[in-house]
Amino acid sequence: MAGSQRVYKQRIKSTQSLKKMFRAQELIAASRIGRARDRVALASPYSRAITRAVSAVATHSDVTHPFLAQRTDTNRVALLLIASDRGMAGAYSATVLRETERQIEKLQAEGREVDLYVSGRRAVSYFSFRQRELAGQWIGQSDAPQYETALEIADTLLERFRAPADEGGVAEVHVVFTQFVNMVTQRPRVIRLLPLEVVEGVAPAGDGGPLPLYDFEPDPETVLDALLPRYFRARIFASLLQAAASELAARQRAMHTATDNAEDLIRTYTRLANQARQGEITQEISEIVSGADALASAS
Amino acid sequence: MASSLEVDLVDAVGKVWSGKARQVSAPAADGQIGILAGHTPILSVLREGELRVQTAEGEQLAWHVDGGFLSVDSDTVTVVVDALSDPTTSDH
Repeated sequence: MAGSQRVYKQRIKSTQSLKKMFRAQELIAASRIGRARDRVALASPYSRAITRAVSAVATHSDVTHPFLAQRTDTNRVALLLIASDRGMAGAYSATVLRETERQIEKLQAEGREVDLYVSGRRAVSYFSFRQRELAGQWIGQSDAPQYETALEIADTLLERFRAPADEGGVAEVHVVFTQFVNMVTQRPRVIRLLPLEVVEGVAPAGDGGPLPLYDFEPDPETVLDALLPRYFRARIFASLLQAAASELAARQRAMHTATDNAEDLIRTYTRLANQARQGEITQEISEIVSGADALASAS
Repeated sequence: MASSLEVDLVDAVGKVWSGKARQVSAPAADGQIGILAGHTPILSVLREGELRVQTAEGEQLAWHVDGGFLSVDSDTVTVVVDALSDPTTSDH
């Protein structure tokens, strides 16, 4: 009996220290998420300005650009997956990985060869455990992406898109990431970034209104040539920032639930421990009483 | 009053400067261009060079930019840059 009491005490103790850890993780995520959301908001003027400029060029001139044209010389496509470096974020990584698998299956059903590019340690270990080859990987800053990393990722993918077919060029670039809708909802999204969809570019961006007749300096081709890589980089960076905010939100929620569960467990174990203690006392008393009874009847 | 420009200077990470200005001078593809209120809409690629803004209060701001682009549209100037060094303020 004394044994079971000790076991419960031990469990309560370990659950309490786990609870402290969950709580700390929750608070860390909560304090970082504000910053992550600010960064999403801060980066949006840039992408808005670029999107508007791209629409302006696309509507006012009939220039073509390799980034806008469908490639038919290869059936290889690149898929960039943005996941997290660490776990403890509930279903965050699992969801985005499932979405990726679905997308890979879909592309392969269309007869395409998929090259995987992965950001986030969780996703890297997922694929290396399954011995799937990765064409590129970036790890270490999934919850606070730097612009330099986005540049590196974007330039790697752009280079592959520009490369000729026999040197491993890709015809399309897709991105799977988690969109931050609000604190409770984060949605996995799959978007095709290259070739850029002109439909998207022609739609008046954001604040609307007809676009003015621009003069292009030095000419529309050069402007477009300068704009499109920046547009692509901005989209990659925006995806990374969205994913980071989603990761933190998912982590905060998961850790909050874990803390609650730990509290429930502690309560259950405390009750069991009390019961065990009470049982022990009752047994002791009945032993004493029966001992005294035996002595009394013996004399 | 159509004599002031709305200027937004942004880089990838955020908004660098925003406000009213009298004049903007930027290193466009064909050479330094000056923009005053009422300028025709223009989209231009920027070279490496110096971007100067004279604010509505008459203060001179200057940045060194590595490249980017500039759009002018009904007295709203948007300068999008890749990288820039800190503004240097000088009295006018």
